[in-house]
Amino acid sequence: MIPTTHYLYLSLALFTIGIVGVLTRRNVIVMLMSIELILNAVNINLVAFSRAYGAVAGQVFAIFIITDAAAEAAVGLGIILAFFRNRETVLADEMDLLKW
Amino acid sequence: MPLRADMMADLCRIAPELILCVFGILLVALEPFVPSSSKRALGWLAFSGSLVAIASLWIVARHPGPAYGGLIQVDNFSLFFHGIILGSVAVVILGSINYLCEERLQRGEYYALVLFAAAGMGVLAGAGELITSFLGLEMSSISTYILAAFRRDARKSNESALKYFILGSFATAFFLYGIAMTYGATGTTRFTGIAQALSISGPTLLAVLGLGMMLVGLGFKVVIAPFQIYAPDVYEGAPTPVTALLASAPKVAAFALMLRIFYVAFGPVQHIWFWAIWISAVLTMCAGNFAALLQTNVKRMLAYSSIAHAGYILVAFAASTELGIAAVLFYLAAYALMKIGAFTVITHVGGRGERHLELSDYAGLAKKQPAIAACFTLFLLSLLGLPATGGFMGKFYAFQAGLDSRIIWLVVIAALNSIVGAYYYLRVILTMYFREPAGESGPDAGLGSEIEWMPQPVAASIWVVLIIAALGTLYLGIFPSRVMEFALRSAASLR
Repeated sequence: MIPTTHYLYLSLALFTIGIVGVLTRRNVIVMLMSIELILNAVNINLVAFSRAYGAVAGQVFAIFIITDAAAEAAVGLGIILAFFRNRETVLADEMDLLKW
Repeated sequence: MPLRADMMADLCRIAPELILCVFGILLVALEPFVPSSSKRALGWLAFSGSLVAIASLWIVARHPGPAYGGLIQVDNFSLFFHGIILGSVAVVILGSINYLCEERLQRGEYYALVLFAAAGMGVLAGAGELITSFLGLEMSSISTYILAAFRRDARKSNESALKYFILGSFATAFFLYGIAMTYGATGTTRFTGIAQALSISGPTLLAVLGLGMMLVGLGFKVVIAPFQIYAPDVYEGAPTPVTALLASAPKVAAFALMLRIFYVAFGPVQHIWFWAIWISAVLTMCAGNFAALLQTNVKRMLAYSSIAHAGYILVAFAASTELGIAAVLFYLAAYALMKIGAFTVITHVGGRGERHLELSDYAGLAKKQPAIAACFTLFLLSLLGLPATGGFMGKFYAFQAGLDSRIIWLVVIAALNSIVGAYYYLRVILTMYFREPAGESGPDAGLGSEIEWMPQPVAASIWVVLIIAALGTLYLGIFPSRVMEFALRSAASLR
């Protein structure tokens, strides 16, 4: 049996990749994909802990997160589409109308 | 049949959320059948929906206790927050009706989204467990992402929504990672269960990391430093009634969740999170106030001011006593009223296309529309914290709680910060009363540049909103004791 810590390392790796992706990428769609990576890291964590404890709550939570990620992606892509129609770009550094 | 009675009681405990969702679905379903000339009626339907939800609080109050095996907790605390949230939402809907007509955005979806967001915030206020609170957080967040983008053809609105969405979902991801770690450390997602596990095991590394990650996520939602960067952009770009909503209800609801997580679930390790809150309070107050000094756009200035207010609330939060929690509750009630009032004035003065948001547009407003100027003055004075206003009593209780718990330096910094705040609030008031209005300038000046710009006549629904907010602010300022007593009882029910 694979020990729980292995899952946690995998999840941590995904989490780090996701964060680096959000912070360094310019393309908003890639940022959205990176956020999805973080959510999947969370899912792995939850399921691993759920198995370690022999309790089902973590798996139920993971299903909720999958659902939520779908809703978030739908809304997010809609917003990106509206943005693209007005500005013809999806690059984060060209979002410069609002700033201090 | 005892089982049925149980089910009925559980349904009664989530009555406001059920009602809001039913009205939201009704609005979306009716939308295609309502002719575009009478879409305004949908706004009134949504408003009555929120009133019914407020009325249903009486039913909720009769069924205190946990619902659905502890997923939802009905106590004075959740009732207090439901009161603020539902009240804010009702008033915001009322303030939107006229705005949407002018922007030609009068659609049922807008109101439906506001109601869904309100339902999510209601869940947040009552959540007794992390999965439920996550669902509530997402219900309100996703609805507000769409609302921020509601002026689809306005570039600023798009940009604001996109920033809000990316950073908001990034924050949610952090919050979730924190939950996963907490679950790993304690083996449960219930707040009381986490507290039990922590009081036995003490603060394990995993639990503390989990709390830190959750603080990042919650920090984004309640807009505290160093996670406040996005807020001014989002508040400025979103349609003004939506800004009024964003600045009030979701923030209040997120504070409810934050109180529950920090005081109930992580109560046993209070000494660990105390300094995080302390530092964040100082940063938040300074970041909000000093950046607000530099703003010439009134909408953006108020966005910074709402960051500063989150800082004052954190002072009470850090006090870690029942009085401190009660002060947070009282402050949030006063804060929601004055912010909604102030943003409603901005909605009105902004006019079609939100063209008049600059400070110079407010010059001479006292002569053009004295009543509006008077209302705005009241809200600004309350935000500033002048006696006889709700904002003053909020600060008073917050600082008192701080002094009682001997966090004197934090209170001193907060007091100095409110003096800094005086500058930019008074500047707006002076502009309204003493500066002569300049001629119309800007892109559409052209031939009519001699003609003085006049704000449009005030719509009846805007009046109602302003009167409610103004009376509420004065009531909290002059007769704070009843609300404060309820806040104290709510704080007691949290422990």
